[in-house]
Amino acid sequence: MRKTELMTLAVLAASISGWVGVNAEDSDSKQAQTARTNAEDFAAMEAATEQGVDPATMSQWRGDGEEHDVDWVAEELEKHKVTSPTDNAHLIGKGQGTTYGNVTEQNVKTWDRETFKEAVDGSRVFHSSDELGSEIGVSCDMCHPDGSNTHPETYPKFQVQLGRVALLRDMINRCIENPVKGKILKPDAPKMRALEAYIYAQRKGTPLSYGKR
Amino acid sequence: MAMKRRPIIKSVETKYYEQRDALFQGLQNLDRRSFMKVSMAAMTAALAKGVEFHYHNFLPVNVVNAAPKPSLGGETGAAAAGEVRAEGFTFAYISDSHIYERELNDRFVRQLLRAVDDINSLDPQPDFVLYGGDIAQLGAPEELKLCAEILKSVKAPVKMMVGEHDWFLDLGERWMDLFGAPNYSFDHKGVHIAVLQSVHEEDFWTERGMTPEQRMMTVAGLDNGIQSRFKVGAPQRAWLQKDLEKYSADTPIIVFSHSPLYHYYKPWNFWTEDAPEVQTLLHHFESVAVIHGHTHQMLTNRIGNIHFHGMASTAWPWPYAPEGLPALTVQMNRADPFNASDGLGDGTVHVSPDGLVDKLYNLWNRNPVQVTSRYVNSNGRDAIPQQPNLKSY
Repeated sequence: MRKTELMTLAVLAASISGWVGVNAEDSDSKQAQTARTNAEDFAAMEAATEQGVDPATMSQWRGDGEEHDVDWVAEELEKHKVTSPTDNAHLIGKGQGTTYGNVTEQNVKTWDRETFKEAVDGSRVFHSSDELGSEIGVSCDMCHPDGSNTHPETYPKFQVQLGRVALLRDMINRCIENPVKGKILKPDAPKMRALEAYIYAQRKGTPLSYGKR
Repeated sequence: MAMKRRPIIKSVETKYYEQRDALFQGLQNLDRRSFMKVSMAAMTAALAKGVEFHYHNFLPVNVVNAAPKPSLGGETGAAAAGEVRAEGFTFAYISDSHIYERELNDRFVRQLLRAVDDINSLDPQPDFVLYGGDIAQLGAPEELKLCAEILKSVKAPVKMMVGEHDWFLDLGERWMDLFGAPNYSFDHKGVHIAVLQSVHEEDFWTERGMTPEQRMMTVAGLDNGIQSRFKVGAPQRAWLQKDLEKYSADTPIIVFSHSPLYHYYKPWNFWTEDAPEVQTLLHHFESVAVIHGHTHQMLTNRIGNIHFHGMASTAWPWPYAPEGLPALTVQMNRADPFNASDGLGDGTVHVSPDGLVDKLYNLWNRNPVQVTSRYVNSNGRDAIPQQPNLKSY
């Protein structure tokens, strides 16, 4: 009795506003369309991969923005050596039987590219007194060519001049504040993250030894 | 529970005044006769041991430069050996000041002024002062003008050498206007001295369509890989060969070059590409010393008859390169990042009549270090300078 009443009310309301029929029909057709599109694209992608469609088109299709970044990365690398990240190619084809399957070549490329880009961005900041906001035309590379003598593996360590245990970012900020005379960076500022990435990259392979003086 | 006793930590000043008080207390307790006896005995004992009293400390200390006593067999160090000779001379050096205009960066300007003060207060004054190159940071006319003004206050005559930072904005035009030819030679008290322009580079800029400013900025970055390697160049090598022809093999030769005249570390241009060719021109001389700038660190090398000494910078210290460091180098301890003048300084070079040089690094924040010809000649076995106990990472 009560159920019937409710349903009647709902149908009545819907028919008054004229929504029910139209909506149902519309959403159905859209869903069908979307499903079709995805399937087609997926097939196209698979076909393209097999047929060796040119990489630029594939890259554009994936929207990974590689072609957009290529200029500044190449420009920076022409000037300054940046250590490349650890090679993960040996992982291709391996996996743990998870939903997303095994590690692909594409995975490894993406990891490598994105990680390296962060370090290259750091190199750009490291070598530019303008990027560091220096008031006196000083940049990090003046005392630390190729990121040398930055010993990031020795942090954290107690730094009596700072009155506390310093992390790498504290020392970066100390240097920005004093020799460089720039504006200190927030710990999560993009430039700080990039600087840390570059400095760690340049010490690749050095064992961690926190507290080392 | 009993309170733990804290060790009493005394400051340097406290210890000084305690020593001072103890001495005067001791003196008061003596009558005049025994005072004379004590002090005479102390003086005699001290003098016999080649000991001097340090002026700000009441304890006798051994002085490295004390004149050697014949009875001691001249074991007091090679520095002293030079001083006994009647001839020879001393020149001072300042290098790598990298100054910007004062409005932009007065730190580097102040540091150059400090070096000028150091040199001006030397007594006796050096015969001349070598400026080791890279006096300006970006070779701008305003920078070079300021440099020239500052150098006018140097009391001794100044011998200029050019560095890449002075050169690559206008390829030396402005620098040569102010300071003259970049390569020249002269004789001084029987020693022949040749000054080189060792920072020529192959043209990397035309092809890339760089502006003079871009070219300068590229060379100004030590680790910038776009630039070429330094070279003296064939025309200047020909000039040097001709210049040296007039001198017999026993004439002491000193060469000033901005970059080290050997191969140390290529990626940072701690390097002169045609250094082997230049060395060939020098090998038949009995005594050759090369004094160079650019590396901003204590640096010593020997290749055959040629002794090489790097100069300290007044602007900032460079770390030692990851490879290629000459074995004879007495390393400068790593610089303290909390002290803006650490690892910096100026210095003097004592030239003995046979042309051998003793190089003194006057480091502002540290004990001076002397690298002697005896040390270099013995391949590091004798007269070993104070070794660092903290190395670079």
